[in-house]
Formats: sequence, structure tokens, C-alpha cells
Amino acid sequence: MAYSDKVIDHYENPRNVGAFDKNEEGVGTGMVGAPACGDVMKLQIRVGKDGVIEDARFKTYGCGSAIASSSLVTEWVKGKTVDEAATIKNTQIAEELSLPPVKIHCSILAEDAIKAAVADYRKRYGEAQQATEAKAVNE
Amino acid sequence: MKLPIYLDYSATTPVDPRVAEKMIPYLCEHFGNPASRSHAFGWKAEEAVEQARANVAALVNCDPKEIVWTSGATESINLALKGAAEFYKTKGKHLITVKTEHKATLDTVRELERRGFEATYLDVRSDGLIDMQQLEAAFRPDTILVSVMFVNNEIGVIQDIPAIGELCRSKGVLFHVDSAQATGKCPIDLAALKVDLMSFSAHKTYGPKGVGALYIRRKPRVRLEAQIHGGGHERGFRSGTLATHQIVGMGEAFRIARQEMAVENNRIRALRDRLLKGMQEIEEVFVNGDLDRRVPHNLNISFNFVEGESLIMAVKDIAVSSGSACTSASLEPSYVLRALGRSDELAHSSIRFTLGRFNSEAEVDYTVDHLKAKVAKLREMSPLWEMYKDGVDLDSVQWAAH
Repeated sequence: MAYSDKVIDHYENPRNVGAFDKNEEGVGTGMVGAPACGDVMKLQIRVGKDGVIEDARFKTYGCGSAIASSSLVTEWVKGKTVDEAATIKNTQIAEELSLPPVKIHCSILAEDAIKAAVADYRKRYGEAQQATEAKAVNE
Repeated sequence: MKLPIYLDYSATTPVDPRVAEKMIPYLCEHFGNPASRSHAFGWKAEEAVEQARANVAALVNCDPKEIVWTSGATESINLALKGAAEFYKTKGKHLITVKTEHKATLDTVRELERRGFEATYLDVRSDGLIDMQQLEAAFRPDTILVSVMFVNNEIGVIQDIPAIGELCRSKGVLFHVDSAQATGKCPIDLAALKVDLMSFSAHKTYGPKGVGALYIRRKPRVRLEAQIHGGGHERGFRSGTLATHQIVGMGEAFRIARQEMAVENNRIRALRDRLLKGMQEIEEVFVNGDLDRRVPHNLNISFNFVEGESLIMAVKDIAVSSGSACTSASLEPSYVLRALGRSDELAHSSIRFTLGRFNSEAEVDYTVDHLKAKVAKLREMSPLWEMYKDGVDLDSVQWAAH
């Protein structure tokens, strides 16, 4: 199968490979996929106090397109707010990387990974934050 | 050393230059139709075809009259299975084959099921070999045909053809063997084997693509219903003008195989063992299929926690294929490895290395170094490797299957 130049670039020079400590302040972790299906993506975001994603990391077990999709989204989420990041669509990823139809599931997985990381972040900090805000309003 | 290095000899082999040289005169110069009986052009072509037939027969120790030319092993298998099933259908309608067979066999048997035949697909043991007791238990009073491959294309294991032949003969059941991956790799003696039909391919043994042969036993005589009708060539078994140059190529390729296989296999076994030794220096690698009952050319390894397709992409200087069929766009892991009982993860993480006539020690050493570096890089990127290193039991994780 012929890969697009962008897939090859991300595959050969993946951006933001690595891991944060998942208990570090402001870190949300999403892990999606299953080894039996041939793809597992772990995506982490580190969110600043202003709600903007400062940094991101990924590790992916999967084909070249899966690795490229996760590498790309770690670049895209940086500088976005958590809400903005959650709106990234798989079609944008597939288009950017010119994924063939048989590899569309890689982009879907990358979208799911962002959503999972955002959900984890909200679970960990969202409620606390909302509680703080609510308290501020009451005062 | 030239890159990329070809380690996919079970997919196809280059035509040996000695073979190509023999073929060329039969294109422009001796172009006659071997079926033309009325002039020298035809006689010359016929002589070449019969010489090639004798060479093919010599490699497998049968009578040249028992060899029928086809377009390749797929056609041979179709002719053997459909031809025998259709001819003997009044005797019974049950066929036996194996789950790890090549698609040429599995899809043909499926087609026969659509035509009203019934089939049993045998499991294999975790080493890839057939359990003889299971085979014996699969026979029914209406079984007419058993089809088993000599050498598996993915994992290279050699089935016990002599024992299966004895069993089939004792039951009065026809036995077809797909030998596409066996010629030139293991000795084949059809005078001793109780095999009724055997399929061959040229291009897996340094001959050209587009030509193969089917062995059809004469004593006891095996009858087949022809699948291609026309001028009644090949004693009515397979009509169509013979491709003289291709046939000459197959004959020469099999002649060379007979002459050189003993020495060549020792050399290739040494290379394969060198490759295996290098790979075993990597953590968490698993050889798929039995190592002893295997052709010396094949090494099929799973690199745990690394996905096969991404590894193949990473080792772009080395031409190998993935057991995981992602490359054929089906995204399913190898059905052969699954039949061995390998987990989906390991089936997704496999690479088939197949060595051949033109590989060198330097190429093997390069491959080992290259693989070590790339596996390390991909594991650095693998969340499964990270979890494994942290002592997480991956089987205990609740995965979201997609």
C-alpha cells in the first residue's frame, strides 16, 4: 500500500512521543483501541490553569496510519482549549493525511483518543474547577 | 550489498538467469506450436515441452506422462479438486482439507460446497501440524478426497505427507497435495508416496510466473473432469495451446532444483539459523510453527507489542511480508497464525522472512541490525510495551474493541 508523504513524515519523525505522569497536575489521559484489533492509542494532554492545552504526548501500537494520526493530533491540540480540542473530527485528520478508505478507522481512533483524554481531564479537574467557580459565584 | 534486500522468496522468486537464458530462444526463434504435427517448427517446440516434462517428473520421481501443464498452482489445485470431486461425485460428496491451507484450496473447496459437496476443515496443533487422529476421525463413508499442502506458505511447516497418504490409501480416498512451496525445498518421491494428485508452481522455484503443473497418478489411475475445454491438449485434461517458453522455463528451473537442492538447502539453513539467532537477541519474540519440521527457508516471527504492518513500513530496506493481512487491506490478522491458537496480538505482530538462492550472510546481518533498531524504536512508541514493562497484565485490561 502506498502511503501519503504526510503519513510517512509523521511515521518517520513522530511528534510528541512519550508519556506524562498521569497523576501530574492538569494531565488527562485517554487510551482507546484494543491489541486484538491491531491498534491501541494512548493520548495525553497537559492543560494549563487557563484551560488551554500546553502540551501533549502519545504512544501508539498500530499501523503507520495510526501512528501518523496520533502524531498529528498531538500537534493540533496544542494551544487549543479543552473544548476546542474536543471538536476535532476524524474527517479532518483523514483529509490532512490523505488516508485511504481502509485506514479511515485510524483517524476515528485518533478522534476517540482526544475525546477520551478530554473526558479524563474533565473527570479529574472539571468538577473541582466547576466547584471552585460555583463557590466564587456564591461569594 | 544492494538495498532493499529481498527476503520474500515464498511470495515469488526471481527467475534464475540460467532459466531465462533457456527460455529466450522459444519466443522468437523456436516459436512453433507444440501441437503442430506437420512441420519442424512444431516438432522443435514439442521436443522442448517433453524435455521440460521429463525434468519436472524427475524432480518428483514420477512418469512424465503423469504431468499435465497448467497456468500455475492455483489452476492445478482447481483442476485437481473440482475435477476429482465432479468425476467421483457418485461415489460420495465429502471432502477433507485443513484450515491453514492456501486460499487456492480453501476457496475452491468453498465453491464445491456451494455446488452441493460437504467439507471438513481440520484444525492444526499449535506447532502447525495436523493431528493424525483428528484426520482419521474426520473420514466418513462418503469421503472422496483429502487435500493437504506439503509445505505451509506462511510458517513453512512440512506436513507428514507419507503418513497421510497411507491413511488415505487404506480408506480408498483420493489424496491431493499442494506442493507449490515444497519443490526444491524438500525431497518429493512420488514413487514412494501414496499421493494421487499433486500441484506445482514454477515461480516459487526460480522459474517464470504463469506456469505450473498437475501430477495425475496413472497406477492406480485417477480420473478427473476437465475444467477447461478446447482442443483436447494434455490428453484432454487441460485444453489450450501450450506456453512453450514458460514450460521450458519451469523444466529448467526444476532441473536446477534437483541438481542443487541438497547443497543449496544447507547454505540457506545456515543463513536462516543466523537470522534466528540474531532475532532471539530481541526480547519477547516468538517463532510461529514448528522449527524442526520446517523448510530451511522460512522464519515466521511475532514481535510482541509491535504491530506487524508498522514494522514492515519501518524496515523498508527489507522486503518481507506480514502474517497480518493488513497489507492485503482486509485488516484481519493471519488466519494461519490464528489456527495455531496464537493470540490476535501476536498474529498482528508477525513477520515472515523467507530466504532463497540469492541471499548472502551480509544481507542477513544487515537485517538483524535493522530489525533490532526498528523494533526498539516502535516499542518506545508502543503503549503496550510501556504497560508490559510496568508489569501490567495485558489480558486483565478491559479493552474497548472497535
